[in-house]
Amino acid sequence: MFLISCPFCGPREESEFSYGHEGHIARPADPDSLSDAEWADYLFMRKNPKGWHYERWNHARGCRRWFNVARHTVTHEIRAVYKMGDPPPAIEP
Amino acid sequence: MTGYRVAGRGRVDPDARLRFIFDGRSYEGLHGDTLASALLANGVHFVGRSFKYHRPRGIMSAGVEEANALVGVDRGRGRYTPNTRATVLELYDGLTAESQNYWPSLRYDIGAVNDIAAPLIPAGFYYKTFKWPASFWNKVYEPVIRRSAGLGRAPTAPDADRYASRFAHCDVLIVGAGPAGLAAALTASESGARVILADENPEIGGSLLSDPAVQIDGKDAWNWLEEARATLAGRANVTLLTRTTAIGYYHQNFLGLVQRLTDHLPAAASSLPRERMWKVRAAQVVLAQGAIERPLVFDGNDRPGVMLAGAGRSFLNRYGVKVGNRVAVVTVHDSAYLAAFDLARAGAGVATIVDLRRNPRAALLAEARSLGIEVLSGWTVTATKGRARIAEIRVNPVDQNGKVGAARMIGCDALLMSGGWTPSVHLFSHSKGALDWREDLQAFVPGAPNEAVRCAGAGNGTFGLAAALAEGAAAGAATAGSAGTPTVFSVDGEAPFSGVYFRELPTDRDPTRAKAFIDFQNDVTAKDIRLAVREGFRSIEHVKRYTTNGMATDQGKTSNINGLMIAADAVGKPAPEVGLTTFRPPYTPTTFGAFVGYSRDAHFEVERKTSIDSWAEANGAVFEPVSLWRRAWYFPRSGESMHEAVARECRATRRSLGIFDASTLGKIEVVGPDAAEFMNRMYTNAWTKLAPGRCRYGLLLGEDGFIRDDGVIGRLSDERFHVTTTTGGAARVLATMEDYLQTEWPDLKVWLTSTSEQWAVIALNGPNARKVLEPLVQGIDLNGEAFPHMAVREGKICGVPTRLFRVSFTGELGFEVNVPARFGLSVWKALIEQGRPYDITPYGTETMHALRAEKGFIIVGQDTDGTVTPHDAGMSWAIGKTKPDFVGKRSLARPDMQDPKRKQLVGLLTEKPETVLEEGAQIVDGPYAAVPMPMIGHVTSSYHSETLGRSIALALIQGGHGRKGETVYVPMPGAMHKATITDTVFVDKEGAKLNV
Ligand SMILES: [Zn+2]
Repeated sequence: MFLISCPFCGPREESEFSYGHEGHIARPADPDSLSDAEWADYLFMRKNPKGWHYERWNHARGCRRWFNVARHTVTHEIRAVYKMGDPPPAIEP
Repeated sequence: MTGYRVAGRGRVDPDARLRFIFDGRSYEGLHGDTLASALLANGVHFVGRSFKYHRPRGIMSAGVEEANALVGVDRGRGRYTPNTRATVLELYDGLTAESQNYWPSLRYDIGAVNDIAAPLIPAGFYYKTFKWPASFWNKVYEPVIRRSAGLGRAPTAPDADRYASRFAHCDVLIVGAGPAGLAAALTASESGARVILADENPEIGGSLLSDPAVQIDGKDAWNWLEEARATLAGRANVTLLTRTTAIGYYHQNFLGLVQRLTDHLPAAASSLPRERMWKVRAAQVVLAQGAIERPLVFDGNDRPGVMLAGAGRSFLNRYGVKVGNRVAVVTVHDSAYLAAFDLARAGAGVATIVDLRRNPRAALLAEARSLGIEVLSGWTVTATKGRARIAEIRVNPVDQNGKVGAARMIGCDALLMSGGWTPSVHLFSHSKGALDWREDLQAFVPGAPNEAVRCAGAGNGTFGLAAALAEGAAAGAATAGSAGTPTVFSVDGEAPFSGVYFRELPTDRDPTRAKAFIDFQNDVTAKDIRLAVREGFRSIEHVKRYTTNGMATDQGKTSNINGLMIAADAVGKPAPEVGLTTFRPPYTPTTFGAFVGYSRDAHFEVERKTSIDSWAEANGAVFEPVSLWRRAWYFPRSGESMHEAVARECRATRRSLGIFDASTLGKIEVVGPDAAEFMNRMYTNAWTKLAPGRCRYGLLLGEDGFIRDDGVIGRLSDERFHVTTTTGGAARVLATMEDYLQTEWPDLKVWLTSTSEQWAVIALNGPNARKVLEPLVQGIDLNGEAFPHMAVREGKICGVPTRLFRVSFTGELGFEVNVPARFGLSVWKALIEQGRPYDITPYGTETMHALRAEKGFIIVGQDTDGTVTPHDAGMSWAIGKTKPDFVGKRSLARPDMQDPKRKQLVGLLTEKPETVLEEGAQIVDGPYAAVPMPMIGHVTSSYHSETLGRSIALALIQGGHGRKGETVYVPMPGAMHKATITDTVFVDKEGAKLNV
């Protein structure tokens, strides 16, 4: 079970959170201008890296805020936790 | 005093005699014994039969690694535990245990024929044999496999015990209270750090408990140990947990510890939990798990009386029991000599030490000579004899070239073996730490860690008492950073500790006929592993699964490395290249109860109840679970069946007045200057022009265009919406709204609040609804023109604030009375009183479902399944056509979403009006289509309609919208039903009943 540091509440058990999805995928501003392929890419295609992954979590059973997490998918190390809108921190591979 | 008890030895209390029963016979033991030591004190070695071949088995170890001596412990109804290791089962007065895997008796077992047939049951036997024909599976193979599969006998009664759990946080968690763990704890706790020290044994000490003669800091080991215990117990920052096993090591230094609280007590107070799960989050972890001795691999190494040398020493020094009167030893390692010497000094006859090494240490040889023990160095053991207990061993010299000479027989009643020691890296491996191969130890040791963890002592490959203490102290000091100084310990009388490693012992016999066991619990032999490799299995994970080596409840504690070395030899690669199988939690078998903890029966899941629930219960409601809610299903009067009750509730509602507790509806208050814009973006409908005081049916899609939720939404003011959701979807809808609001549109000034629990909702439906409501409502004009269908007003009812909705989920004149939850019950009761002249009838969810189906109103999740678009559901009207965007809009324009052959929601009327189709039944075009018959849809809702006096159904059918009037067929068990595709609205198609 992870220990996740909510940027608003501090470290809490994983059971208080729910995983969202890959982070930093902005919803297109004008979906109608996208081709079917472009829209499908936005809708369905996600990274599945072995290594660092930027992803969105929700403190669902806490402050209900969404935030970003940089997590290593092999070691499960959580290197950074940052608010929505903040840029992803650079992490050495 | 029984025949094998040695006076003055061990930590047992000679004055505390206990009676216990094993396989129906009564024996005597001492307080401090385990079942294993007490049985050995009575001369009992043969305690069970093996899993596959049903071979007689004895006690092979003195600890958690035990693979043979598994017993069932009976503590009364609901308290039977199979597969308990006798070596860790603490004796108490009245203990009742039984051996396993035999029929009809341990001594005369029918299944032992498997042993004679062993050549016919090689590795992968089940995979190879039980394949064809398919019909044999049900009738022949499965019953046979089921009868012979599994260890022991599963209990059948519900667990009568209670289990506890708790969270704990600490600076340093130390696993293992042997020398290394104690040194770490003493050092780490000096600085005031919060330390938890956990050990699976009843008392701390680890290997020191079996080694009383060694001296630490000038004191006898056991005196030093008592002082260490007192020191730690005296420190307020130290939590000392015995009988506590660290079962798993998870991410970010989260460990599960299971503490056994009552199993060692003859009669525990029922207020005590049996076990407690500690969920520990530690800043730093020190693992001092120790090492496990390796068996040697030779023909007959599993006979009762053959055991690990260290176990023989533990039984003597810790429990005061000699394991035999004529003991033989076979070893490749110095440590076995210590067992032989201790036993000889205790008066047990030690016949011979067979040492595979040609040149054992001179000091050991000299001591053996002085004790009158014969040492055969450069010899091997090639067989054992004896049925219920070992009686003889066959030994042969091995010359420099490895040639095995003529055999000689040696009589013995116990054989101690030592194949060296394997560091216990289980927990380190759980934490995904890398394992490094140590060629000198022929074992894996902890390498680069993946967590804030240090390893110390034998578990780190650091053998010897002085070295373990020093490494433990260093680990403890390091947890305190630069502030920590390792405590320095001095050790006297430490024994030599070195050895070599063998695969199978050399033999002059045909090795393919040898029963040389590697995994004792799963009956895997060396030749099984070689066979697996010959048959093409190269990966150790495949060899493991094919042979089942290491897959039993002991998880290969004594077999993994032996199995690996033999597999590596057979593959012709070095062991580290073949690799080790993955260790997985739990470290030792763990009760389900410990995992379940408090979460059973009523505590298994939250049961949500509305404020009106108590009235429903008092008035005979039958309940059904709906997500986490308990909802009134129907209200039978005495003697009524469910069908009769529902029919009566439907009639009453259509003809006069029904009352329904709709409090479970999800409710979200959407507030703010941008509330309408937010609603526009979330829901398919247009909200900008919805006037305050009006309602609209809202449809929520996923970004993929499929229906996710629905509900009536009222606009209370320009900046305030009262959103309702499905009962089960409330939390999900709120999470989705928060997701978009926080992550996509943080610029919108909108606030979301869950109000599901704040409002009680009472639905009044029926032609007389207004008449009942009018006298109770203040400040709202209920007249049909002033308060039309799909409107919302704020005012008072029975003197309490209300949000009154004029909506209908039944097609009748309907109102939904929202009042603060604390007034729900009193308003409900007032409405019931007011409704008496109209025979007001409470109805439950079944009637609600039937009435809405008559009107063709969908239930999201029943009539939709995550692949249904608004168009499929016949609800294109709910889409705001002029809106530039909303969640899911772009997906609706994808080509597949506009395919006319998509499954579309339609009504179905069966040819026979009394036929109620099964929900979920498949639909086909014709009864005689070729097999496999194309399935064109399925029934989503199906009821008897009391209003129409016949059955009705909703269904999703390919291209259904264009097939009205056509005939389809619904195969169900026993019959093929004919049905006509219709419109989804069965009652009052014009909606006339609403416009009153
Ligand atoms: Zn939070």
